[in-house]
Amino acid sequence: MDLEFSADEIAFRDEVRLWMQQNVPKDNSPLLGIPNEKETQFNWERRLGEKGWLAYQWPKEFGGPGWTATQRFIFDTERALAGAPASSPFGLMMLAPVLMKFGSPEQQERYLPPIARGEEFWCQGYSEPGAGSDLASLKTKAVRDSDHYRVNGQKIWTTQAHWAKFMFCLVRTDTEGAKQRGISFLLIDMNSPGIEIRPITTIDGHHHLNEVFLTDVEVPVENLVGEEGQGWTIAKYLLTHERTGIAGVADSQYELGRLKSAVERSSEMSDDAVAKRRISGLEIELMALNFTNLRTLDRIAKGQPPGAESSGLKIKGTELQQAISQAQVEFGGTSSLPWLSSSNTADPVFAASAQRYNFLRASTIYGGSNEIQKNVLAKMLLGLG
Amino acid sequence: MDFSYTNEQTMLRDSAESFARKRYGFEQHLKTLELPGHFDPDAWQEMADLGWLALPIPEWCDGLNGTGLDLSIVCEAMGAGMQPEPYISGVILPSKVIIAAASHDQIPGLVAPLSNGQQQMAVAWAEQCRAQTPSCCNTQADETGDGWVLNGQKLCVLNAPNADVLVVSARTAGTNSSENGISLFIVDPKEEGISQTDYHVMGGGCASDIRFNNVKVPSSALLGNTHEGFNALQVGLDYAAMCACSHALGSMRELLSRTMEYLKVRKQFGQPIGSFQSLQHRAVDMFIELEQSRSMVIMASVKVDSQNAQDRARAISAAKIYLAKAATFIAQQAVQLHGGIGVTEELDVGHYFRQLTSFCLLHGDTESQFRRYESTN
Repeated sequence: MDLEFSADEIAFRDEVRLWMQQNVPKDNSPLLGIPNEKETQFNWERRLGEKGWLAYQWPKEFGGPGWTATQRFIFDTERALAGAPASSPFGLMMLAPVLMKFGSPEQQERYLPPIARGEEFWCQGYSEPGAGSDLASLKTKAVRDSDHYRVNGQKIWTTQAHWAKFMFCLVRTDTEGAKQRGISFLLIDMNSPGIEIRPITTIDGHHHLNEVFLTDVEVPVENLVGEEGQGWTIAKYLLTHERTGIAGVADSQYELGRLKSAVERSSEMSDDAVAKRRISGLEIELMALNFTNLRTLDRIAKGQPPGAESSGLKIKGTELQQAISQAQVEFGGTSSLPWLSSSNTADPVFAASAQRYNFLRASTIYGGSNEIQKNVLAKMLLGLG
Repeated sequence: MDFSYTNEQTMLRDSAESFARKRYGFEQHLKTLELPGHFDPDAWQEMADLGWLALPIPEWCDGLNGTGLDLSIVCEAMGAGMQPEPYISGVILPSKVIIAAASHDQIPGLVAPLSNGQQQMAVAWAEQCRAQTPSCCNTQADETGDGWVLNGQKLCVLNAPNADVLVVSARTAGTNSSENGISLFIVDPKEEGISQTDYHVMGGGCASDIRFNNVKVPSSALLGNTHEGFNALQVGLDYAAMCACSHALGSMRELLSRTMEYLKVRKQFGQPIGSFQSLQHRAVDMFIELEQSRSMVIMASVKVDSQNAQDRARAISAAKIYLAKAATFIAQQAVQLHGGIGVTEELDVGHYFRQLTSFCLLHGDTESQFRRYESTN
């Protein structure tokens, strides 16, 4: 048992830390983990791409740096503690592993390098108005017509569809038999005729989400990933694929640190025992989550499958993100009220807190709502329906 | 970074878990609770033969020089097996306090009888204070020509009814709550002037409230130097708290597994109650709390050996706070999900519940640990 990083890992950490200090845009206050500004996000991702650190989760053979699980964790931590935004996961962490496993050599060659350079942005076409938690009920239809598919239907909650060049999409290619079996995985160019994007403004006051309408969209047959009917298998593979960052430990550490410093700066709160106690409670929760995350990481580093302890990471991690942001809002009090306004006299932590609080309500809903996560876990633990 | 056990630790775990399963368990627990002091001398001797009593003792005193993690492994198994034997309060706490406080010459004679099971001890430190901290010490020790005279009262001295020897903290300087000025004394509980009120503790084990009325002890009774007892007590209490967390983890683990089993076999409305989503989600919440607790126990079991007192304090207090919260939740929900049978004496679930409730109140309750945690900021 050894809870410390090795000398090599510490040297690696220092290298990443230094690079972050030199490269994270100084004026990154609007980011705060919320990708509002397209250019800021794109520039940041491209800068990481130039360094070869954007696709840091990828193996060497596909153009990643070939880091160990521990190095990836260290990178995540340093990135968050530097106040830099997380990269958009859709191309890098969701599509890329799918292409590496199920994609043809041509698809890998065409799509992976631009993702690693931060040049082509992707979105995810999964949810539909009638298929949220019950994703397999999706109805968007793709009908084969010689050398292309004709796609008709509607996707919803599509994050950054308005920024994306492509969408990876689950479509129904067969309406017979079990609903899971008729689903296929298609890559769709967002500039194709027949695609209409309508914005959905979320309660943080911003436009991240969209509805995507597909009317007679023609998608070349070579954009099918894997085989027809393999879409559900691919989607499940994605869900189980290693995502060490899923708990968001480092981002929570960063936000809790900001809250602490805002409290220390505040004349009314710096000596307040109740505020102190609440922060201590959050710190201890985060400590437990951090070590649970490290236990998972240790297993991955040893080539073992993540243990049962990893299943709770998403649930506990998102709950904690929300709890910290709620504390930011409540500690701020009226300082948290200025809304989408740059003219205020509040501490910046509190001034931006309400937006973040609203934004983070989505964290326990997306990526499989926490209730769905619990259903899955219960099935695993109890073996009952 | 490496979260795996060494081969020796795996063997230790296997042997401790097997003892808990085969030699202990609910039936034996109930039998032990019929014995004076909730103490089974045969089981104790077996534990001594397995080497566990020598684990906290350094090699130069013929001990096994176990690490925090080694102790944690044994205590977790004991918690799972419902062993009420006073391993933590009667061996780990006193030996760690003595090793940290006593002079080199004093140590072997005091700890050797602990490691082979011949003697039992208790550490009398707690008094009537809101925060359970060893700095709260009003028991007074006054120097006389040839020794010391003790006056005062200690509360809930765990394992005192079984103890052949007491380690007593008393103030030799400083004000009532200062860390400096506390000294430690080795006291024979049969000494004149000691009145001891013995009782059993909820969930197993025993304790005493002890009044010292002009109790005379010789100069040789002083452990180590005068005024320097606080740090040694704190080291011992940190080991005790870490081990109690490990013990609680074992109990929580068993409670969860019994609850899962019950959800599968208990049928209502023609189906196992585990098919109901509200119960499924509750079980998942218990499971997540158990895994988070295990993370904290691993962390604390490593950090308890740290030479950095600040690091150690933070780690142990955080772990105790977390485990108390999680133990309360798991224990309450295990009873709830078992329904009526969960509140009866005949099922082990309620006995685990009582053990865990005691755990939360002992070894620095949550309020005390929060105060200590915050003092390290």
